[in-house]
Amino acid sequence: MWQSALDPARLRRRAALLASLRSFFADLDVCEVEVPVLGARTVTDPYLAAISCRVAGRDFYLQTSPEFFMKRLLAGGCGAIYYLGKALRADEAGRRHNLEFTLLEWYRPGFDDRQLRAELLQLLTSLAPAENATQIPYQTLFEQRVGLDPHAASAAQLRARAHATLDVDFDSDDRNIWLDLLFSHLIEPTLQDPTLVFDYPASQCALAKVVVDSGGRPVAKRFELFWRGMELANGYWELTDARIQRRRFSADLAHRQSLGAYQPQVDDKFLAALDSGMPECAGVALGVDRLFMCLEGLASIDQAMPFSMNRL
Amino acid sequence: MASYSTNEFRSGLKVLLDGDPCAIVENEFVKPGKGQAFNRVKLKNLKTGRTWERTFKSGDSIEAADVVDTEMEYLYNDGEFWHFMEPDTFEQHQADVNAVGDNAKWLKEQDKVVVTLYNGAPLAVTPPNHVELEIVETDPGLKGDTAQGGTKPATLSTGAVVKVPLFLSQGEVVRVDTRTGEYLGRASAK
Repeated sequence: MWQSALDPARLRRRAALLASLRSFFADLDVCEVEVPVLGARTVTDPYLAAISCRVAGRDFYLQTSPEFFMKRLLAGGCGAIYYLGKALRADEAGRRHNLEFTLLEWYRPGFDDRQLRAELLQLLTSLAPAENATQIPYQTLFEQRVGLDPHAASAAQLRARAHATLDVDFDSDDRNIWLDLLFSHLIEPTLQDPTLVFDYPASQCALAKVVVDSGGRPVAKRFELFWRGMELANGYWELTDARIQRRRFSADLAHRQSLGAYQPQVDDKFLAALDSGMPECAGVALGVDRLFMCLEGLASIDQAMPFSMNRL
Repeated sequence: MASYSTNEFRSGLKVLLDGDPCAIVENEFVKPGKGQAFNRVKLKNLKTGRTWERTFKSGDSIEAADVVDTEMEYLYNDGEFWHFMEPDTFEQHQADVNAVGDNAKWLKEQDKVVVTLYNGAPLAVTPPNHVELEIVETDPGLKGDTAQGGTKPATLSTGAVVKVPLFLSQGEVVRVDTRTGEYLGRASAK
């Protein structure tokens, strides 16, 4: 079929959404930036796969997010910025995933995660005034729904809890896999109203600062927004310490090796930017296609974009 | 033996799980943004008919099951086995009660049915959605009662018992939905 999944009316509403996002940031004096989709380096995240291509004998990667380029701009002193454009991730296809998707990512120098969470909810309210978003710490939510402390529970306890409810085809002694499984199967589908989950287990810090909380244990200053049972946004109070960043890259590469995943070269220009001093800031990335799914009440991502992978 | 990776999962795929042939009914890709991806899969055990949900780690592979659906002609029942023939090759297969199960009551000789072969042996038999069968036993027909909408049990030539309208009588041929066991109407005259 050659037709688009979006009828003309929905196509216009999608355009209106993009315009609203741009106008939200224009009002806040956050500057739109364009960064390359085709990069020479990629992320080291163990569970993200970049699409690579070879041009004139040189390897390139389609960017899984604009993060490293944007952080190079931040280190250069650009101030508050946002990106509204494409990102691509190999191996991600399904009802809520399309290899190529539209990402809104923004960075606020001087903000911590709490301030950026407030701004994210402000954006959500501007688009869906009738929705009432709530904020809840990861630990509270996990204890309510799963009955275990996500910071303290052992891999064996999490595993036993998973087996009590789910039929799981694999085994692992990695507690993060069990956290991911329990969260994505038992919690995420129940988050129908907009819910902002914050203070993640330190082992799931990604590129967030890890701080010691009032209870004396390390938590990742990371947050995610869920709506209609689906993850919409992921944000951090950003790690700015180049030394810790290098350690995380090495740990990622070791993890990738154990998974048999390819070993990317680390992004040395991103590290050089951190070395030069990136301002303290918070940043968040929001999936625009999924946001449009929520606003339009669509069940599948290929109904939210003109031409999904199914229509190429 | 062939195997399928999770990214090849789609509904209808036949796989081997815990030693039993199963069909994938539904496949949902679940991935926490930064975390491990999973495939949450609804499966049907083709031996027992049980449907359940199992989660796989994305990228893992499972063994393919040698399961093929083949259209065959139903020949006869010898008291223990039901015999079927592939129309192109005339190759015959015999299915036992485990494979035929409740569907035995819809099998009329010379009807075309789908025989599911597992490693070359019949695993299941699926009758056509609609079959036409003769009533061999029912209470006498009540003429002029067509508007009442009442029903009565009727035994069909294959042994199936279905509810039919009161005005039908023995010897008439009726059309039945084999999935629900519901009477659909009188068979069109031949």
